[in-house]
Amino acid sequence: MEEMKDIVLQYVIDEYLEDPDEEITYETPLISGGIVDSFSMVSLKRFLENKYKISIPDEDASPEAFDSVNKIVSLVNRFLNK
Amino acid sequence: MAYSEKVRQMFQGTLQGMQNDGLFKQERFIHSSQAADIEVEFPTGASLKKVINMCANNYLGLSSHPDVVKAAHEGLDTRGYGMSSVRFICGTQDIHKELERKITEFLGTEDTILFPSCMDANAGVFEAILGSEDVMISDRLVHASIIDGMRLCSAMHDTFKHSDMAHLESKLQLHSDKRLKMVITDGVFSMDGDTAKLDEMVALCEKYDAMLFVDDSHSSGFIGRTGRGTHEHCGVIGKIDIITTTFGKALGGASGGCVSGRKELVEMCRQKARPYLFSNTIAPVVVAGVLRVLDILSLSIERRDKLEKNTEFWRKGLLDAGFVLKEGNTPIVPVMLFNAKLSQDFSRDLFEEGIYAVGFFFPVVPQGQARIRTQISAGHDMHHLEKALNAFIKVGKKYDILGKTKKEIVDMYGM
Repeated sequence: MEEMKDIVLQYVIDEYLEDPDEEITYETPLISGGIVDSFSMVSLKRFLENKYKISIPDEDASPEAFDSVNKIVSLVNRFLNK
Repeated sequence: MAYSEKVRQMFQGTLQGMQNDGLFKQERFIHSSQAADIEVEFPTGASLKKVINMCANNYLGLSSHPDVVKAAHEGLDTRGYGMSSVRFICGTQDIHKELERKITEFLGTEDTILFPSCMDANAGVFEAILGSEDVMISDRLVHASIIDGMRLCSAMHDTFKHSDMAHLESKLQLHSDKRLKMVITDGVFSMDGDTAKLDEMVALCEKYDAMLFVDDSHSSGFIGRTGRGTHEHCGVIGKIDIITTTFGKALGGASGGCVSGRKELVEMCRQKARPYLFSNTIAPVVVAGVLRVLDILSLSIERRDKLEKNTEFWRKGLLDAGFVLKEGNTPIVPVMLFNAKLSQDFSRDLFEEGIYAVGFFFPVVPQGQARIRTQISAGHDMHHLEKALNAFIKVGKKYDILGKTKKEIVDMYGM
C-alpha cells in the first residue's frame, strides 16, 4: 500500500510539477488545486492501468476520484480487488 | 421575470468582487486608427490622451498602412460590404479563392481554407479531422482557442510539458496504440514569446507516425528569414501537416484566419468544420486588404527586418535596466511582475507616463505569473521605444523592482 502511494506520488511529481521547489503530499488536492488539469488526467489514468494491469472505466475516472494521491490509491485498490 | 433581483445581485456581487481584487478588466477606447501613436479615452469620459501603443499585435505596422486601406476601399467598391451567406451557399467570391491560393503559396503548404477567425479555425479543425479512436497531444501552454477546439473533439486529449521533447516522446510512446496521433503546439507562444522546437517535433512525429499541428498566429508574416513563420525559422517548410493562423495580427490586423496544410485535411474542414459551415464568410473588404498585405510582404522583407532590430533594442534595454523577462527572441517581450494587482497598478502608471501596455494575470496566464506583455512593431521608431523604456524604468523604480529577482519581487508583493 505504502509502495503504491509513493509510486503514484512520484509519478505526479515527475509528470505535473513545473516548479522544482513545489512540494506535495498524499493529501494535496491535485485537480481542484490546479496541479493536474482535466486533459492531463488522461496520462495518469493510462499510467495506472498499465502499471497495475487494471481497467478504470471513464465514469469512475472522475476529477473527484483523482483529486489526491490517497484517493487515487483507493480507486486503484478498488479495481485491483475486483 | 426570470432575471430576478436576486439573480442580478448575485452577478453584481461577483463583478464587485473582481473590482475589489483589482482584477476587473476595463476597455480603453481608442479614438484613432491602430498605430504606434494612438489617442485613448481612459477612464471612460476622460479627455483624450496621446500614448504609445506597446501592446498591439500589429507586428508589421500594416494595420493602417495606406496601401492596405486603399486596397480595402477597392474591395468595398468592387465586391460590396457583405455576402450575407456562409461560404458553401453563396458566400464564396473569386477573391476568397484567390486569398486561399496566395496563403497556400506563402506558407508553402498544399491547400488552405479561410475561417472567420483563427479562433474559429481552431474550434473546428480537430473535430473535423479526428475521432474517438485518436489522440491529441498538446503542449501545456497552447492558446485558449486550441483548448476549446480540443474540448469539442471526441479524440483522447493528453499534454506534454512546455517545449519538453523528452516528455513529448514519452507521450507518443504511451499512446502508440491509437489510430491517429496529432501533436499540437503554438509556433510562437502568445504569452511567453518563445518559439516551438518544430525541427525536433517534426523528427519525433516522423519517428512515431504522428501528424503535427502548429498555430502560427503570432509568427505569420515576420518569423523566419522571409516571414513565412515558425516552420521557416526551424527549416521545416512543407513538413507541418496543419498550420492555423490569423489575419488579425501581423497580416493586416482586421480579422479572419485559416487552416492550411495537407490537401485532404483541408478538404475535411471544408466538409465538416462547424465554424466554417455555420458562420459567415470573411467580408470582401477584409479579403482585399489581406491580399494587398501578402503583395507587400512578397516585395520586401524590410518591415520584418526593422521589427527584428526594434525587438533586439527593446529586450536589451529592459534587461539592462534590471527587469525580469521571459527568455525569447520574438517581438513578444513579457515583463514579469508575478503579482496580479502589481501588474494592474504598473499598467495604470505606465499609462500616466504615456505608454499603453496591459497587465495579464490568471486565468490568461498561470497563477503567480502576472506580467506586462509588451509587443514590438515595425511601426515603432526609435523615439517611441526610447520613451517607452524611460517610462518603464521610472515606474519600475517606483515599485522598487529593478535588479530584483523573482523571489525578491514575490517576497515584496506576493504571488
